[in-house]
Amino acid sequence: MGRLNVTLCGIELDNPIIPASGTYGYGYEFADLYNINILGTFSFKGTTREPRFGNQTPRIAEAPSGMLNAVGLQNPGVEKVISEELPRLKQCFHKPVMANVSGFSVDEYTYVCEKLDAQSQVGWLEVNISCPNVHGGGMSFGTDPKAAAEVTRAVKRVTTKPVIMKLSPNVTSIADIAKACEEAGADGISLINTMLAMRIDLKTRRPLLANTTGGLSGSAVFPIAVRMVYQVAQAVKIPIVGLGGVTTAEDVLEMMMAGATAVEVGAANLVDPFVCKKIIEDLPAAMDRYGIGDIKEIIGASLA
Amino acid sequence: MNQGLFTIKENTQLVPYIYRMRLTGDTTAFTAPGQFLNIRLDGMYLRRPISLCDLEGDTMTIIYKVVGHGTEAMAGMKPGTQLDILTGLGNGYDLTEGTKPILLGGGVGVPPMYYLAQKLIEKGCDVTAVLGFNKKEEVFYEDEFKALGAKTIVTTADGSYGVKGFVTDAMKTIDYDYFYACGPEPMLRAVFKASETSGQMSFEKRMGCGFGACMGCSCKTITGYKRICKEGPVMRKEEILWED
Repeated sequence: MGRLNVTLCGIELDNPIIPASGTYGYGYEFADLYNINILGTFSFKGTTREPRFGNQTPRIAEAPSGMLNAVGLQNPGVEKVISEELPRLKQCFHKPVMANVSGFSVDEYTYVCEKLDAQSQVGWLEVNISCPNVHGGGMSFGTDPKAAAEVTRAVKRVTTKPVIMKLSPNVTSIADIAKACEEAGADGISLINTMLAMRIDLKTRRPLLANTTGGLSGSAVFPIAVRMVYQVAQAVKIPIVGLGGVTTAEDVLEMMMAGATAVEVGAANLVDPFVCKKIIEDLPAAMDRYGIGDIKEIIGASLA
Repeated sequence: MNQGLFTIKENTQLVPYIYRMRLTGDTTAFTAPGQFLNIRLDGMYLRRPISLCDLEGDTMTIIYKVVGHGTEAMAGMKPGTQLDILTGLGNGYDLTEGTKPILLGGGVGVPPMYYLAQKLIEKGCDVTAVLGFNKKEEVFYEDEFKALGAKTIVTTADGSYGVKGFVTDAMKTIDYDYFYACGPEPMLRAVFKASETSGQMSFEKRMGCGFGACMGCSCKTITGYKRICKEGPVMRKEEILWED
């Protein structure tokens, strides 16, 4: 047991670093660059029942210290994820992976979760009820405590693996949503997904994104994510995966002090493909700097 | 793909808004003309993808147009400045087809044609390059293409230099057995329609990462969804699906 180990919903992680869904594909692009088995785990691209192309392009825009995306859950669909992506992933990743699931109805969530729950490579199900870029699904389940609880209960009924509900920051009280998920049986909470945002092209005077709006991520949202993790940590007892703008080892420590047991790294992977490797390598020295012996001891330290 | 630090050796203006930058560093990740690089700039969150114009040992050349804050910052950079760059990105041109190819470049679509022309000529191909611009003041690299040994035709939309019209107007007058094109989408559509042979064209889209992770630059093709940055930017004529 090293000083970076944490336990997330009963599964041991070598370290708390988890590349976030949608920024790491199914791992191969990064496996070409470094040994991705150094990660705690990673959360693969959000998977739906049917294959999806997602939204029209342009679906990426820049922001001060961040970016907007309106990809809209492009993925090959759960059947192909199981028949093609997971076998391919097995060649380069030998740890339990986090399966990220999205949907447009409770039935779709349960269908996809049940299928992925049956895969031996899957360690956790991360249920995305927070995608701001799809209409009539995703975030609409994550902005109402009752709907969030309904998805949680339905998914829990058909699965055996830990279920982590991924929450949207685009709500009045994220603690209420988290509490509703916990009461409905969730094993963990991950937050935050992206913040609903928009840019306008000064030349065309039209929204820059074809989808009009997109989700803001990157360093710009980090303090918001810290605040929300802190609020949720006060409201629930189940473990929290903190994410939103994490870029450095110091950010990881801060997120954990806010209440996170593990930390996802999102947009930063797109700017610096080696960022997760660097964070893992930098963590021991950063911990030394702040007098941290074992990383577990700082989980929720700011709440005391 | 490689990530590395590169040093600016030269950064000069060629014509209004168009600059040439030469950088040295580890260029070994490049395998074909038509690939691109992705440059990190201070104060900008996303990198700036720019196509490779030339490669000689550890020196790579790019030609870029100032279109926003990122390229504006680049235009002001001095030799000696170091930049964090991802290299060897995307699938470049496949050079195995045709012996009498025509290369069509429009505006900042001209630069990738330069390295391509060089490689095709090295292979023994009889290369014709058609360089399309709006007007005389925008024309660059005509002499450089000629120096490679390519038959070089310049077109200008307003007729102020060379052949009046678009690259497709010059295309009609040339005998070719394969084509390669890079330029703005309306040009590529016109080339697609006007071409009488098979060929390849290079596309541009707003990108997030530039190496296949974010799915930001996806497009639909005859053979399924492709990422412009990973399976592209070069596509074969036969797989292109125009979205209207």
